[in-house]
Amino acid sequence: MADERREPAERPSPEALLAEARREGQGRAGRLKIFVGAAPGVGKTYEMLQAARAKLKEGVDVVVGVVETHGRKETEALLDGFEVLPRKPTVYVNRILNEFDIDAALERHPGLILVDELAHTNIPGSRHPKRYLDVEELLNAGIDVYTTVNIQHIESLNDVVAQITRVRVREIVPDSVLDKADAVELVDLTPDDLIQRLKEGKVYVPKQAERALKHYFSPANLTALRELALRRTAERVDEQLLEHMQARAISGPWAAGERILVCVNEDPRSAALVRYARRLADRLHAPWIALCVETTRNLHFSEDERDRIAETLRLAARLGGEATTVPAKARRLADDVIEFARKHNVTHIIIGKSTRSRWFEILHGSVVHDLVRRTGNIGVHVVAGEAPAEEAPASAVVATDASQPFDLVPYIVALLAVAAALGVSILVRPLFGVENVDLVLLTAIVGVAVRYGLWPSLLASVAASLCYNFFFLPPVYTFTIADPTNIAAFALFTIVAIVVSNLAARGRMHTVTAHERVRSVESLYAFSRKLAGAGTLDDVLWATAYQIASMLKVRVVLLLSESGSIGVKAGYPPEDDLDEADLAAAKWAWEKDRPAGRDSDALPGAKWLFLPLRTGRGAIGILGISRDGPGALLRVEQRRLLDALMDQGALAIERVHLVEDIDRVKRTAETDRLRSALLTSISHDLKTPLAAILGSAGAMKDLSKSLDEAAKTDLLANIIDESERLNRFIANLLDMTKLESGAVVPNAALHDIYEIVGTALQRASKILAKHRVEVEINSDLPMVMLDAVLFEQVLFNVLDNAAKYAPPNTTVRIQSWRDNDKVRLDILDEGGGIPAGDLERIFDKFYRARKGDQVRAGTGLGLAISRGFVEALHGTITAANRPDLAGAVFTISLPVPGNAARREAAA
Amino acid sequence: MSAAPIRILVVDDEPPIRKLLRMGLTAHGYEVLDAPNGKIALELLAKKPNLVILDLGLPDIDGLELLRRIRLQQENVPVVVLSSRGDEAGKVAALDLGADDYVTKPFGMDELLARMRAALRHQLQVHGERPVFHVGSLTVDLVRRIVKVGDKDVKLSPKEYDLLRLLVQHAGKVLTHKFLLQALWDEPTDTQYLRVYVRQLRRKIETYPERPQYLMTETGVGYRLRAPV
Repeated sequence: MADERREPAERPSPEALLAEARREGQGRAGRLKIFVGAAPGVGKTYEMLQAARAKLKEGVDVVVGVVETHGRKETEALLDGFEVLPRKPTVYVNRILNEFDIDAALERHPGLILVDELAHTNIPGSRHPKRYLDVEELLNAGIDVYTTVNIQHIESLNDVVAQITRVRVREIVPDSVLDKADAVELVDLTPDDLIQRLKEGKVYVPKQAERALKHYFSPANLTALRELALRRTAERVDEQLLEHMQARAISGPWAAGERILVCVNEDPRSAALVRYARRLADRLHAPWIALCVETTRNLHFSEDERDRIAETLRLAARLGGEATTVPAKARRLADDVIEFARKHNVTHIIIGKSTRSRWFEILHGSVVHDLVRRTGNIGVHVVAGEAPAEEAPASAVVATDASQPFDLVPYIVALLAVAAALGVSILVRPLFGVENVDLVLLTAIVGVAVRYGLWPSLLASVAASLCYNFFFLPPVYTFTIADPTNIAAFALFTIVAIVVSNLAARGRMHTVTAHERVRSVESLYAFSRKLAGAGTLDDVLWATAYQIASMLKVRVVLLLSESGSIGVKAGYPPEDDLDEADLAAAKWAWEKDRPAGRDSDALPGAKWLFLPLRTGRGAIGILGISRDGPGALLRVEQRRLLDALMDQGALAIERVHLVEDIDRVKRTAETDRLRSALLTSISHDLKTPLAAILGSAGAMKDLSKSLDEAAKTDLLANIIDESERLNRFIANLLDMTKLESGAVVPNAALHDIYEIVGTALQRASKILAKHRVEVEINSDLPMVMLDAVLFEQVLFNVLDNAAKYAPPNTTVRIQSWRDNDKVRLDILDEGGGIPAGDLERIFDKFYRARKGDQVRAGTGLGLAISRGFVEALHGTITAANRPDLAGAVFTISLPVPGNAARREAAA
Repeated sequence: MSAAPIRILVVDDEPPIRKLLRMGLTAHGYEVLDAPNGKIALELLAKKPNLVILDLGLPDIDGLELLRRIRLQQENVPVVVLSSRGDEAGKVAALDLGADDYVTKPFGMDELLARMRAALRHQLQVHGERPVFHVGSLTVDLVRRIVKVGDKDVKLSPKEYDLLRLLVQHAGKVLTHKFLLQALWDEPTDTQYLRVYVRQLRRKIETYPERPQYLMTETGVGYRLRAPV
């Protein structure tokens, strides 16, 4: 028992193997080595060059892609003997910058390339905005890369470094790059040595940053940075060790069951929370989730805020977390978070410290307090977070302001509603008394709130309060209130009015959100139904393009693979054609299986955004979207909707592909069956008569002296008969080949069935010599459009078949008559008939009816050819069993030509 | 008949076929010349063969082209073409170019000999028709215009008689649709009319019109009247 239980635990975990396979496997993917330093000047480049030199000595094809020597002599000396790729001079804002030439690197395709400064930001217009993306492309192309990076550029450390040094670095490398590296080497230098080097002028310092850097290079900072670098590298090594252990099923002390949840919202500090979560997750070796709870508040978010949430969630995804959005269900946000956490076995929740005022918290409650109070054994980390000094992360895009323009109508309607209620109140006052008129006014407020939401209803509340005071509270027609109890009544009315309008408005908002959800679910459902109904690939593509275009109000193109590359297969609006730059972006997205173009981090200059359409089996195409005018293409929820639509579309496309694949497999199987049948047929049917001919002829030659005349005649007859059989077989093969290659072009003319039956019988006279033949053809049979040669062959083959299956001395009967607009021709034999299940199959190629164990000699082609020819003549041929006798009847039916039919009808 | 033997030129690129024909024809008293290609065939034409057996598929010259050149050199020599089944168009083209008949490969020696005899006979009597033609129970008196099946007189329409007369005059030889149409009608006419007359004629002269004994169909090419043995 114990053994049984231990066994699965010792099996390598699939994830670890997968990670290893992804890194090592992937066929030709290059290997990445990163030289990490704590600060500029520690000697990363020097170290990298040293390592590369060693490789060069080993005979590796090493090329320097880009190395910044910053004029350091020792470093420059090291460059000696390396092949250095020329940089690409690129004009940017009136300056010529020498940029790394990725195309030249890919073209050169060395074994190992050195690309300094991983965090470098490429100038706008480059293929990738960031150098690490260049490096990724090099790796994907199977080129090994050596690169360098300073610790402050690592994304998850960005906040910490900024805190330590008070310099926020904008050039960021995602942690995933570091994690994916095959080797990370820390280039370490003690702070004292570094400062010494700085003093000796051995560290490159740009003039304008001198002051800032002086602070940066303080011993305290350097110590902190060094520690960070050491820790981060150690973590990386730890991860490698962990993966190694898991892959080899070494049981170890890795933490199990830890799971981190980080709550994000529109707050700009959320990004810092996400980075914190990532660091915590790394330390705990725990998976982590970034959660955004969508409340009714989200409806009022500005585009900036929506973008920020999207950006934060994307950051989480980039940092290796899982990004999720759930709609608020409970009244308290904390309940939703806790429910989610419980469902996902979360052990730590990270949440930002509230910036709300104490008053706000008293009124609305504090999520943090709620969480802490009710999470039970889940740890809650409350992190202050720091708002980024500068607004908006680098990758944010200018958002189109889609917030609703101010609309006066609801407010006017609100006032009108109050006025109407006032009128009614004045009318009903004599009946119900003054103490009940407030109900009439409240009704109006609730109505406005339900119809127009919070702000118009608040206006209505204020107006109604004033009217209540002015018209009904003595002294009437003044805003003063005499009776203290009426003051209380007035205050209560006002409170009730505001609370009611608030509640009603909230209800309305829930309804609106719910409606939106229902609508998007419904349209998704409608879309999936439409897709299910779409039979052809074109239908599916069109439905997908149309649905996405109409739901997201964008232009859409769909590109699918064609002959090695991809091409536009559908679009909405349909006339969409891509220019060369966009097509290049689409191709890039296809080749790399990553988003590219507008709003993405590859080729952002394109007018379109291209997203891979993926299914479980991999990418199957590219979806491009675009919209006129600047600004972000999609809001977060639109992006989610797009994902859902794309998933459905991709599945539908794949479904069509699968159906095609199955058809193809079926056809291939059919072809294979036919091929093997053909081989059997040829080997048997060609060789049997040949063997007889050879044998007979050989006997004639060798034994001519001892053979008597009768025997010789027999042998000769044998040779002739078998030769004729061979000839028929070859003729059949030729006919079949002609049919299959589409070379049968009927030379149709009006013919007499009569006449062709005659020639066919004449040709078949020898094979039918042992049978009686009866012919009964109506003399007023109209002429039929026929190719005489083909039709003669049809009849010959059917007669040949009859001769083969019907015993000698039986009758083969041919009868033909007119049957309305058809001419029918029956060929009846007395051969015992055809098994009912074979009536159709006997027209299949190489099919031969069996009688017990015995298979009749023949090609199994004759009837197939007959059917092919008859169909080429627009007729039909079927087989049946005779009702009167044991035997088969073949019925050929041919159309009476139009004019002949008409002429006779007129006569 | 101690006359000089009839000289036959065999043009075929396949040695076994040439060997077979040489043996078979020599055995039947013919003198045989053979040519493996068009060039030698044209040279041998100087020896004035009485009949040419021509395979249409030759290595150097197209068979139809060779036929045209043979006709240029010797206008009247009968030519029997060897062709394959399914190449009805080729047969018709050869006949239109002046070939006298064809045999479809693979063929029997007796069939070839019958065709040769018909072609040679036709050449010998091209200027003088045999006044009374007999085949089976069919009798055609071209002078008195009397047609009989057995003892019974057969009444033919003028067109039917003209058709039969043409066939009798070329008995044993295939006549193409085109030849018959041009001979029987002044203006261009559809083959269909010819078929109607053939059908009517068969009803009058054949015992079993659906299985004709005398007026044979050469599918896709034309008609042939059985030659008297």
